[in-house]
Amino acid sequence: MKQTAQIIPSYTGDTSGVCSALYELGGLIVMHDAAGCNATYSAFDEPRWYTQESLVFVSGLTEMEAVLGDDQRLIEDTVAAAQKFQPAFIALVGSPIPTVTAVDFPAIAREIEQLTKIPTMGFNATGMASYVSGAGMAFEGLAKKFVLPQVPKTQAVTVNILGVTPLDFSINGADQALKAVLQAQGLTVQSSWAMGETLSNIKQAAGAKVNLVVSATGLAAAKVLAQKFEIPYVVGLPYGPAMAQQLAAMLIQTSQDHQNRIFCQAVPASDTVIIGESVAALSLAKALAATTDFKATVLCPVDTFPELLTAGCIKARDEAELKPYLQQATTIIADPLYQPICPPKARFIPLPQEAFSGRIYRQAIPELVKGFTTFRRNFGL
Amino acid sequence: MLKPLGHTAMPTSPAVTLKSAQFPQPFADGLSYSVLSCGGWPLVQTGLLLPEAHLIFVCPQNCLRGVVLVAAEMKLSQRFSTVAVREQDVISGDMERLTIDGVGEIIDHLAEKPPAVLVFTNCIHHFVGTDLEVVYQTLRQRYPEIQFTDCYMNPIMRKSGLNPEQMMRRQLYSLLTPRPKVARQVNIIGNRFPMDPHNDLYQLLQHHGYTVKEVPRCETYAQYQTLAASSLNITTLPMAQSAGTLLADKLEQPHLFLPLTFCYETITENLKRLSDALDLPREDPAPAIAACEAALKAAKKVIGATPIAISFSACVYPLSLARLLIEHGFNVTKIFADSFIPTEKADFLALQKLAPNLQLYPTSQVQMRVLPKESSGKTLAIGTEAAYFTGTRYFVNLIEGAGLYGFDGIVHLMALLQTAFLEPKAPELLNQINQRGCECLL
Repeated sequence: MKQTAQIIPSYTGDTSGVCSALYELGGLIVMHDAAGCNATYSAFDEPRWYTQESLVFVSGLTEMEAVLGDDQRLIEDTVAAAQKFQPAFIALVGSPIPTVTAVDFPAIAREIEQLTKIPTMGFNATGMASYVSGAGMAFEGLAKKFVLPQVPKTQAVTVNILGVTPLDFSINGADQALKAVLQAQGLTVQSSWAMGETLSNIKQAAGAKVNLVVSATGLAAAKVLAQKFEIPYVVGLPYGPAMAQQLAAMLIQTSQDHQNRIFCQAVPASDTVIIGESVAALSLAKALAATTDFKATVLCPVDTFPELLTAGCIKARDEAELKPYLQQATTIIADPLYQPICPPKARFIPLPQEAFSGRIYRQAIPELVKGFTTFRRNFGL
Repeated sequence: MLKPLGHTAMPTSPAVTLKSAQFPQPFADGLSYSVLSCGGWPLVQTGLLLPEAHLIFVCPQNCLRGVVLVAAEMKLSQRFSTVAVREQDVISGDMERLTIDGVGEIIDHLAEKPPAVLVFTNCIHHFVGTDLEVVYQTLRQRYPEIQFTDCYMNPIMRKSGLNPEQMMRRQLYSLLTPRPKVARQVNIIGNRFPMDPHNDLYQLLQHHGYTVKEVPRCETYAQYQTLAASSLNITTLPMAQSAGTLLADKLEQPHLFLPLTFCYETITENLKRLSDALDLPREDPAPAIAACEAALKAAKKVIGATPIAISFSACVYPLSLARLLIEHGFNVTKIFADSFIPTEKADFLALQKLAPNLQLYPTSQVQMRVLPKESSGKTLAIGTEAAYFTGTRYFVNLIEGAGLYGFDGIVHLMALLQTAFLEPKAPELLNQINQRGCECLL
């Protein structure tokens, strides 16, 4: 039966995904929920909670407010907090019960924006989808609400990096490595959504000539920026020097011919599988295929986009969907918490991800942009 | 030190002095902050106290995430499974089918059938009107060899009757089945930590030949079931009283609530009530009080006038503890609590006279997120929130008394205070404690 998990955990949900995407940008972020979502977020989904301030709070929804459809306390408490902090923006984020009672977050956001004169966004997160959906809607919201038109473009090939959160990249320096690798290839990074970045810089994103989507969380924003500002995009990650070179060439070409491209494509093979977020896993499969004999099929257990679901990338969300592929595999690259459902005979290569195992294996999460060769060497690939 | 956030105003401290505070709710409601290093304990950990039981959570993804990782961190994933509620389930409304089939699927694939299954439903079942009676009736018919109980992770109900915490502590005992009573056997129920066997309750009971049973000390499900043979249940925490009430009805076990306080008179009264309930001779408290006085004096000699901060989560009765310490010359300067137990009113009023400028801090108000986590000098903290917010490395890691109780509890606590004052702890310990409970679980 789908939807059951005998032993493996759940991925980070969309409510946390929104918060993760917006965490560093100086906004007041309010989860409209009773109590649990914020504790889960701070303890398991947000490694920056311990080191970096943010204004992520929970509304403390009660049974009576939900039954009566009373949004007034949410509005009043949010306005009161906004007056205390004067945030750069306000974001309201849904959760399961507001979904059931059909809370109209965009409408409440408009009301709060009128009351506070602070830009406000409402996100219909359900608490029933993955972080990819949540972070994706947050980045899409930023693209729609904040990116300024008519930002002058320079001579350089300028790039926005879209889809960077610790849920995919942890806090091991991958965000900085991405920038450094692109710069080393002669590209200029306009903005990085949204680690190590400011809202004012993101507002200037229309100055870029091309967007690089580094996780599925960035693709919806890329599509908005393509539509509003005619900025084309490339999807993929530069794992290792060879891929960095190829990706840079593709970014330059895309900035010139304005054809959107998918850089990360796998060469499918049933004996090796990689479980993970589509862009990261496909990029790893591509990098391995280019540098070793390894060909791998990607099993994607979280939300993604149809254009990424090719023969080399299969959506498999639940234990029941994953197991048939795992039974055929001789090598499995996945988060260590998948190991209990993998056949004991298969070779298991651990690749922890914050969005799956949280803080449990944080110290062992490899940085693959600059560290791909080391990763390969460590596991004899 | 947190990296500061730009573009924001710095709000004022939400602290109030005791003389100006309202009781029992000193602070207004509003948006809430999830405090780091909270002394809380997720429901899943309470459920996992039941030996050999399998826990199945039927919830949306966002709700599953925290509990499933708690089980993974405790390396108890093999006792924990989930059924994800998705949007189409809410729309179709067939949550009964999802719950029954999902739980059934998990049980069918377990290597060994557990003696008990705790099924946790959540807020969403309540709001879509899931017929839980049908769910449990069907499961019990389908798996007659397994005992099922209904557990709830529904924080939306926290202000409607029993909150999830009280429900969980009650349901942990709901699987006890009636059996003949055994002479001289007593339960202490509703605690997450086993009681210290040196404490006053244990000593009094064991001195008179009683066996004491507690769930946190049970290693098998069969041992758990022996609690049904006891002649008395003792609770020491307000949130455990619902368990006592349940067993008084279900198993006809009398219930004695003997609150965990730090007041000599109340402790004396508690021990008298226990002695009377079991027809035991009353003991003279004077020697135990003398031992407390000596311990307090010794601790005061070491700690001197160092400021002390206390968390609600450390002992549930922070005002009682503060009063004891202040009356013995200690310099208690801060209490971190969002609200107080109503029965602490006498201590609150007494402290208003004794220490009117003592500061009360909330733990979850939004301002606490950005309040500097530091103190001007050395501070001794009791409890994790107090340690975190004062930024001290000198703290006693105590949650809900952690098994300390009565006069012996006071003596033991004074020893812990002295050790904490002299031996700084690594701040990282607070992060590890978060969600896991006490250091003993690390």
